[in-house]
Amino acid sequence: MGWLSESLNSSIGKKFVMAVTGICLILFLIVHLAGNLTLFAGAEAFNAYVHTLEPFKPIIRVIEVILALVFVFHIVNGVRLWIANRQARPERYAVNAASKNSSYFSRTMLSTGSIVFIFLILHLSSFWATFNFQGHPETGEFEFFEIVVYFFSMPWYAVFYIIAMVLLGFHLNHGFQSAFQTFGWNNSKYFPVIEKIGQIYSVVMAVGFGSMPVYFLFFYGGN
Amino acid sequence: MADTTLKLKLKIWRQPGPKAAGSFVDYDVEVSPDASILEMIDELNNSLEQEGKEPIVFESDCREGICGTCGLVINGQPHGPVPKIATCQLHMRQFNDGDTVYIEPYRAKAFPVMKDLTVDRSGFDKIMYAGGFVSVNTGGVPDANAIPIPKEVAARSMDAAECIGCGACVAACKNASAMLFTSAKVTQFAVLPQGQPERYERVQKMVAVMDELGFGACTNTYACEAECPKGISVKNIAQMNRDFFVSKLSGSKQEA
Repeated sequence: MGWLSESLNSSIGKKFVMAVTGICLILFLIVHLAGNLTLFAGAEAFNAYVHTLEPFKPIIRVIEVILALVFVFHIVNGVRLWIANRQARPERYAVNAASKNSSYFSRTMLSTGSIVFIFLILHLSSFWATFNFQGHPETGEFEFFEIVVYFFSMPWYAVFYIIAMVLLGFHLNHGFQSAFQTFGWNNSKYFPVIEKIGQIYSVVMAVGFGSMPVYFLFFYGGN
Repeated sequence: MADTTLKLKLKIWRQPGPKAAGSFVDYDVEVSPDASILEMIDELNNSLEQEGKEPIVFESDCREGICGTCGLVINGQPHGPVPKIATCQLHMRQFNDGDTVYIEPYRAKAFPVMKDLTVDRSGFDKIMYAGGFVSVNTGGVPDANAIPIPKEVAARSMDAAECIGCGACVAACKNASAMLFTSAKVTQFAVLPQGQPERYERVQKMVAVMDELGFGACTNTYACEAECPKGISVKNIAQMNRDFFVSKLSGSKQEA
């Protein structure tokens, strides 16, 4: 398998790893958002949704391991790529005119990705840990909707979520079309459509996930 | 001739040699708006020589935007602020009286500065030696139109072949990646029948040399396309990526 690691460590190979893992994460987000939108239908709908997943737990555990590996590859490879690319220009320009020839989103992938990574750690240590193992931080009960209310009623927590989701949107906006370009699927017929779909997708994800902390922080006054 | 001249403050990178430390030196010039930026440096060099100082070293050849020899980074942009032109075609009327203009060499690990504004771009030659050609056996001259090629295919090849190898893509890329150059040289043959026999061997060999030379990897910011004096499309990079995957995934033992 020497040819495989050699190919994946080449400049184009590293791009390929970013694109494949990126597409996996893009697909994951769709499923994740679709399920979580039941939050807006109230406590019963959301708790029912979480309970439907219960019998599939063994499969979900396997998927989680795969997902974790995908995240690790995406992050490690992205950081490696960033370091190698920094080394390709040891001396910087006196004048930085990057805004004249490239988009803001495309130049900030490491920064937006890093903040989303911090978000991911926070997200796993709060929601994932409580939903799966610990239960409600105060009562220890597995009342899923109440757990969501608990976390999102903390203003710093909700505000960080909102910021992270906007930056996730930035990250996805570049990443989506970038993956297709990397696979070589760029022609004048389809690519403008792919770019449009990517823009719509990133807005839907940012607004969809971002609306949850907004809703619980400002509009959910029932508790 | 315009009756007014522009007063500009130039900040030009001076570096005595490849290993020496460089720095910006200020020059106040008065220049005709009709002069090209290279003519402005010519005039400045004349006056420097008269003062017994060493002139500024820079490269140029045809001075009509075809050869790709000139290449300066002007206010942070390779070939200056006007799209789709080479440095020699940039005229001083693009600037305003009193402007400060930074003139720097290309900056990339694979393009080391030789002196002042001159960089060593022989890395591009090495990429070309690796596969930027079609091998033809000697013999009679083949008939010009013996192989039918659709107009659209010929146009794609010619669009890629428009690359003049100036290196502005490397200079513009935040990663100092040479993928636009390499992909143009891969694609000009990859789409033509004459390029098929060596198609997959070529892409592997050229990419391997490109990586070896210390150019960065593409992150699809498309700054290269925006700064390219010939408007070479990033679709060529997509073509190169595709050919690279196909060549690596194929069962053939042929390795670069």
